[in-house]
Amino acid sequence: MIDLVLFYVFAGLAVGSALVVVGQRNPIYSAFSLIVTFCSLSAIYGLLGSPFIAALQVIVYAGAIMVLFLFVLMLLNVKAETETTSRALAGAGGILVLLFVVQVGVTLIRADVVHAPAAYEASTIGMAGLLFSSRFVYVFEATSILILSALVGAVVLAKKEL
Amino acid sequence: MSPVQQELAIAVLKITVLMSALLILFSGMTLAERRILAFMQFRLGPNRTGPFGLLQPVADGIKLFFKEEVMPEGASKWLFFGAPVVAIFCAFTAIAVIPYGPAFHLPTLSFLPEWLGWLSGLEIVPQIADLDVGLLFIFAINALSVYAIVLAGWAANSKFSLLGGLRSAAQMFSYELALGLSWVGIIMLAGSFKVTDIVNAQAGWFWHWNLVLQFPAFLIYLIAGTAEVGRIPFDLPEGETELVAGFHTEYSSMKFALIQMAEYVNMITVGVLVVHLFLGGWHFGIPGVPASILWFLLKLGALLFFFIWLRGTLPRFRYDQLMDLGWKVLIPLAALNIMATAGIVAFFSR
Repeated sequence: MIDLVLFYVFAGLAVGSALVVVGQRNPIYSAFSLIVTFCSLSAIYGLLGSPFIAALQVIVYAGAIMVLFLFVLMLLNVKAETETTSRALAGAGGILVLLFVVQVGVTLIRADVVHAPAAYEASTIGMAGLLFSSRFVYVFEATSILILSALVGAVVLAKKEL
Repeated sequence: MSPVQQELAIAVLKITVLMSALLILFSGMTLAERRILAFMQFRLGPNRTGPFGLLQPVADGIKLFFKEEVMPEGASKWLFFGAPVVAIFCAFTAIAVIPYGPAFHLPTLSFLPEWLGWLSGLEIVPQIADLDVGLLFIFAINALSVYAIVLAGWAANSKFSLLGGLRSAAQMFSYELALGLSWVGIIMLAGSFKVTDIVNAQAGWFWHWNLVLQFPAFLIYLIAGTAEVGRIPFDLPEGETELVAGFHTEYSSMKFALIQMAEYVNMITVGVLVVHLFLGGWHFGIPGVPASILWFLLKLGALLFFFIWLRGTLPRFRYDQLMDLGWKVLIPLAALNIMATAGIVAFFSR
């Protein structure tokens, strides 16, 4: 019972703050709303019985990544967005949103929610570690190479301007 | 009372005890810090309010209550108000998952009325929440606490605050990495993320303490922990000679008090973690001496004194020195420590 109430609270918070991220003109407010979104998602992971993923969500997304975002926003002193009056763009955006909502709706209706098979049991730290070093070892290593190349790319780009 | 009600009552009781203890420790720390610093500088410090100045924190509290709340012009109202709230929330949430002593049984209390009879002989674990991912949770909350400072710095719409906030963000994410990495060796040795398990893995003689087994990690954590709470020599975010008071320049009255309190509670958290992770927690270090919350408090007191001592002794780092130390010394050292520990653990566990 209390789980259900908490789920609706955090789900509502996640959706609400995500809307603020898009709707807000001031980029700093958007960034802070995004942090709220990540924290609510983390709470939902916790409610689903996966404290490890919940902690990682906060550490990686709400902690590390968003601090960098905010740092850059504050350093560059990004001003609030001014009005954009492109009706065509707004219309195109509206159509995309509509398509997305229809797609999500159809998927939800088709999905056999009650009998969905249990996902990989990666909720505990030990299981996650085993999966990373056995079944998903190549994917894991490929991700590392991707991040390394992004790092090298960032350094090259930054050095050009020095 | 039903079992659920009993559990709830115990939880509320624990929270009340912990909060009051922290409040007392916080006000005691403000006084101790001023007095000890004064003695280190051949001054007397505040000694007029009450015996030995013991009532000084009370006087400070009353004064702060009656100060005027100032909201700077052009400040972002909600965020300006929210920053101290985030600060205090993070400070108290992180300390909630830390245990304070071994589990104990209440004595048989025969005088209690019948509806309280379940209390006598009840086992009490002096910890509010025991999470499987305890250390990770603390790390996560720690990662969030930087926003309090960034928020405070940005929302005040002042150049000094903004610079303080920026410095703080840079400092925090440089040292967070080293801080997290320094825990990995300990977690590998104990085989668990639970603080209780880590403390109990250090039982017995004091050479079982992680201070001895993980000495590089101890140094890294002590340095990175001091940097995380922004105390001298890492107090660039509020460096008063350049930035007035850094990120909290514009704060006054109770908001200022809340920010100060969050800083002290964070410092206490770092002290508690050093004691638990490296100094054997509530174990005395000699087999035969029973584990007790007293040993924990003694070690914590020594560490808090150490933080004040640092403040009385060291000058502030320059910004580039700070970055060099974090990225070029602490992080490689922590990585080396992890590799060595992993090798040793893998070798001996066969």
